[in-house]
Amino acid sequence: MLRFEHVSKRYPDAGEALTDVSFHLHRGEMAFLTGRSGAGKSTLLKLIAMMEQCTRGSVSLDGQDITRIGERKIPYMRRNLGLIFQDYKLLNDRTVFDNVALPLVVSGYNHQEVARRVRASLDKVGLLGKEKKHPLALSGGEQQRVGIARAIVNKPKLILADEPTGNLDPDLSAEVMFMFEQFKQVGVTVLIASHDIELINHLGHRVLTLDKGHLVAS
Amino acid sequence: MKHNHRKQAGSRLVELFQAYLLNHAHGLFSSLGRLSRTPFTSSMTILVLAIAISLASSFYIVVANIQQLTGNLESSNQMSLFLHDNITDAAGQKLAEQIQQNGSVVDVKFISKKQALEEFKANSGFSDALNALERNPLPSVIQVVPKNALENNEDIEKLMADFKQFPQVDFVQVDMQWVARLQTIMLIASRGVMLVSLLLGFAVTFITGNTIRLELQNRQDEVFISKLVGATHAFIQRPFLYTGFWLGFISGFLGWLIMTIMLLILETPVEKLSTLYNSSFDLLFLSFSEFILLLMISSVLAVVGSWAVLHYQLRQLKPQ
Repeated sequence: MLRFEHVSKRYPDAGEALTDVSFHLHRGEMAFLTGRSGAGKSTLLKLIAMMEQCTRGSVSLDGQDITRIGERKIPYMRRNLGLIFQDYKLLNDRTVFDNVALPLVVSGYNHQEVARRVRASLDKVGLLGKEKKHPLALSGGEQQRVGIARAIVNKPKLILADEPTGNLDPDLSAEVMFMFEQFKQVGVTVLIASHDIELINHLGHRVLTLDKGHLVAS
Repeated sequence: MKHNHRKQAGSRLVELFQAYLLNHAHGLFSSLGRLSRTPFTSSMTILVLAIAISLASSFYIVVANIQQLTGNLESSNQMSLFLHDNITDAAGQKLAEQIQQNGSVVDVKFISKKQALEEFKANSGFSDALNALERNPLPSVIQVVPKNALENNEDIEKLMADFKQFPQVDFVQVDMQWVARLQTIMLIASRGVMLVSLLLGFAVTFITGNTIRLELQNRQDEVFISKLVGATHAFIQRPFLYTGFWLGFISGFLGWLIMTIMLLILETPVEKLSTLYNSSFDLLFLSFSEFILLLMISSVLAVVGSWAVLHYQLRQLKPQ
């Protein structure tokens, strides 16, 4: 599903962020990506999200090489991804409904289909009935769940989460992780960057550990 | 099975098209709503654009009005054939009839010495002085209005040369030169107006482009997030292009309004002046089709300015 082969990424001014990283995530696999800050977690996620391109090696997603993907193809390829951020990245001037609907609107679904899928998605994260609220009227945990609803609304093949529980208390974190496990159950591949070692160990999934750009454990 | 599959693909296409139209409609109205939510900034921009547009269209209408004025002069352009002093009225009349036969002549009028004197007395106010003269100093004149006056200089010259051949004719005068000069001045003026309008058009383009650039910066997060959920550049830039369109459209209308109000203020004194000259000059306003054209031009300029900025900036904006 997600394959890294001898991937290195060098930034012109910051030096090498990733060195010879190789791993493979299967369909429906859930894994944690961990390491100290600056170990290259963000860089690795950016390569998958096509926000950066690697300097050497190759990255492929669902059998398609995205290493040197053209600018024009990126939007269509990104529709296979569900991205979740630590700071939620919601549009605060829009309602919860509009936030979750964005990936569908962008892909050109009609009104009824958008409404149906947004509701299904909000139902999965337990926020049905809050469609008309604005993100800032919600708690942090709820905002993150809006972010998750947005990530899954387009039925992505791969969910990438960057420190999704970074701003949440342990109870909420466990709740969010439980949701990710449910997605895994229906065949979605999930990759979560986190340094919440306790929670990671408790859940017992595969762990990819980065240290100074090297993959030291997978 | 295959048929079913094709049907599904077809309905997805229809869905995509419907969503596309809806997306356009949404862009059209949401951008207008967005402009109205920042009334101060929007009205400042629109006012600047409207002033530029009203200046350009005012220059245009001034030239159009002057052209209308000189247009009347063109048609009155004529040749005067002054006859020798010893030609009798009968001979002059006969020559006039002969000239009438000429194909390149529209109208011929014979003015006898006596008529010329009467006319001069009536118009010049020198009647007493003229009465004191022993004999009539004015020659007989044949006034000729050539066909297609002024359109072809060579034809006029040729006609003039022809008329000079008649032994009865003393000399021929064409009231062409000053008209030609005036026309050249008008040509320069209208070309100048064109250049200034071009500059003002550039101003409209750049001002809109800059406004859109600021708008884009204000909405960076939205652009990033849209990009991350798989929005194409076309999708992202659509609402901004509509914002540009509205800026141009509203400014075009406002520019027209400013110009029309200025013309209305000028209308009464211009008409008064026209009466003083015994003329019936009507101030020319922008016609309906010119008004529509103005709206179209200002909208297109604004959209082009926005598009250029978006085309460049959207590639620069990379999500972090």
